[in-house]
Amino acid sequence: MTEWPLYEVFVRGKRGLNHVHVGSLHASDDQMAIRNARDVYTRRNEGVSIWVVRSDAITASSPDEKDPLFAPSGDKVYRHPTFYEIPDNVPHM
Amino acid sequence: MSYEAPASDHGDHDSPYEGLFGGDSDHWAFGTDFDDPLAGIEAAIPDGADPRALAQYCLMLGDDALVLSHRLSQWCGRAPELELDIALANIALDLLGQARLLLARAASADPSVVPPLPGSSDGLPSPVPAEDALAFFRDDRAYRNAWLAEAPNGDFGQTVARILLFATARLALLERLRASRDAVLAAVAAKGVRELAYHRDFAARWFVTLAQGTEESRGRVTAGLAEVWRHHDELFRAHPVERELAGAGVAVDPADVAGEADAALATVLAASDLPWPRVPQAGQLGGRSGRDGAHTEALSPLLAEMQSVARAHPRGRW
Repeated sequence: MTEWPLYEVFVRGKRGLNHVHVGSLHASDDQMAIRNARDVYTRRNEGVSIWVVRSDAITASSPDEKDPLFAPSGDKVYRHPTFYEIPDNVPHM
Repeated sequence: MSYEAPASDHGDHDSPYEGLFGGDSDHWAFGTDFDDPLAGIEAAIPDGADPRALAQYCLMLGDDALVLSHRLSQWCGRAPELELDIALANIALDLLGQARLLLARAASADPSVVPPLPGSSDGLPSPVPAEDALAFFRDDRAYRNAWLAEAPNGDFGQTVARILLFATARLALLERLRASRDAVLAAVAAKGVRELAYHRDFAARWFVTLAQGTEESRGRVTAGLAEVWRHHDELFRAHPVERELAGAGVAVDPADVAGEADAALATVLAASDLPWPRVPQAGQLGGRSGRDGAHTEALSPLLAEMQSVARAHPRGRW
């Protein structure tokens, strides 16, 4: 039997601001992936919206490129808005 | 079947679920804000309804859900794909939730339907909730479910065909039951409609997928449909109790929803390029049906499995 393709699943929670990657699953097509995601990842009342995308459609950065991609930002503290006072009641900063 | 909070005498073993109910809900990013389907519902018996008939009616609806829930849970770990395993378990749990509310309603309408615990002559109050006693300490002849619910699972195609038939009929019924004069039945129906709409969608999609798939899958789902279709008419045959309560505005006469359910089934069959099945109908034994407590040989082994732990420890606390 041929394996169903792998999908990545993103769920937006009730109080979440954006879709968050929650895991992956197998499905034969996009619609079945949505249904399977509903059954596998929202059974504890977690979600109000689901995105699915075939895993092979995702282009990912390679661990080999870690240094040139991410190391340069490690010492540039002035890029953070740390000179502003942020009131306590401003959420999601 | 009881979701009571763990007893405090469990000492240091904190429940991992404690934080999910009340308390600081900001702690949880996902999975809070659960609803109680019976919150604020008036539990009085409606005027003009015989409490004993109401209890029998709740047992019919509750036992359909309980027995099919157990059948579907027998798929656990055996479904063709992991995702389907979870999907079938979800459907089973939805039905178990409906059964719990309905059996509890049966017990509150007529406490005499609740069986005594085996060997309990010590006069102590029963530690077992009434809905659990109804589920675990009734024999097959006291069950009021339709034969469709107790029939063996067969293969995945047959299981899909059964869910399709069951969910289509029950959805049509519960849609009308939302207007019941019994506030509890109306609330259970409102909750159930949302669940059954998904069950029907799940089954219909899989039915068409299998019917339009390979020669093997089409052959199997067609054979499975013929098997479960023997129970089609039984779902729409009214029992005197159903007719009586339908007259009082409390129940729904299943015969009244047959047209609606058949139209939905015809849509699925048309999308599958399959004819309307013509098979001899089952569902009665000497003029008695599952609604009267007459059952096939499939029910008692199912109950023996489902009830074995509770019967071994009738006063156990869970």
